Amino acid sequence: MTVSELASAGGFRAIALSDPSREVAGCYVGDLLSWVMGRAQAGNAWITIMSNVNVAAVASLADVACVIFAEGVQPDEQALAAAQMRGVNLIAADMPEYEAAVALSGLI
Amino acid sequence: MAESLRFHYDVDGGNFTSAGQASVQVKNNLSQLGLDPAVIRRVSIAMYEGEINMVIHADGGSADIIVDDSCVTIILADKGPGIADVEQAMQDGFSTAPDNIRSLGFGAGMGLPNMKRYTDFMQIDSVVGEGTTITMKVNF
Ligand SMILES: Nc1ncnc2c1ncn2[C@@H]1O[C@H](COP(=O)(O)OP(=O)(O)OP(=O)(O)O)[C@@H](O)[C@H]1O
Ligand SMILES: [Mg+2]
Repeated sequence: MTVSELASAGGFRAIALSDPSREVAGCYVGDLLSWVMGRAQAGNAWITIMSNVNVAAVASLADVACVIFAEGVQPDEQALAAAQMRGVNLIAADMPEYEAAVALSGLI
Repeated sequence: MAESLRFHYDVDGGNFTSAGQASVQVKNNLSQLGLDPAVIRRVSIAMYEGEINMVIHADGGSADIIVDDSCVTIILADKGPGIADVEQAMQDGFSTAPDNIRSLGFGAGMGLPNMKRYTDFMQIDSVVGEGTTITMKVNF
């Protein structure tokens, strides 16, 4: 499924989609940036509650398909700007990380 | 490629807003050269971890990237405090990052292990009180 399809599925919504046709393959859940850098795979959806500007750089360099902010977390302004500049897709979910991962697993 | 290509960046210390900028630029440059995305990703991850370490632990430094026919070389040099025990620093989970840095999501003690994991060669030259130079190579 594409990032834009995911963003319109139940429980998820788009924050900013710079590359909406990107295909989502698998998922990584994590809040410690070096774990995400080391273990996430290219094309994963990354579920996190971290919302600062460094998330945009990690998402771009680890080449994930999108970042899903769980628990209703909103990226701060710098993070949003940096994500858009780097073509990083951002999606919001009000669910906890576990539930977001379960919902995603039913979709992809 | 007959000649090797070089890129140089200065990395600011303590600036977490722009941290990772040099790595993002290297990623863009390598994409423009048409390198394999899997190679670019390995270089990006290794360089980002090293760049962030210079920002957090060494008050900045410099990054030199050399691209030749079969390899990307990354040289990160700083004049920070140095690493007293390199073997310990290389262990998964070892970190001296302070709380304010941890609250940003850093400090898992996984950066140096990631650099090792994603490169074909990694060498740390560090002198306490003088600084650290890390050389990494990703072959393609
Ligand atoms: N350039 C450097 N100068 C001085 N000390 C360093 C440098 N790079 C790493 N270190 C030391 O090595 C430790 C381990 O580094 P590593 O990158 O693995 O973890 P971290 O930076 O603490 O956390 P993480 O990378 O997971 O966010 C650091 O906490 C620090 O003490
Ligand atoms: Mg580190």
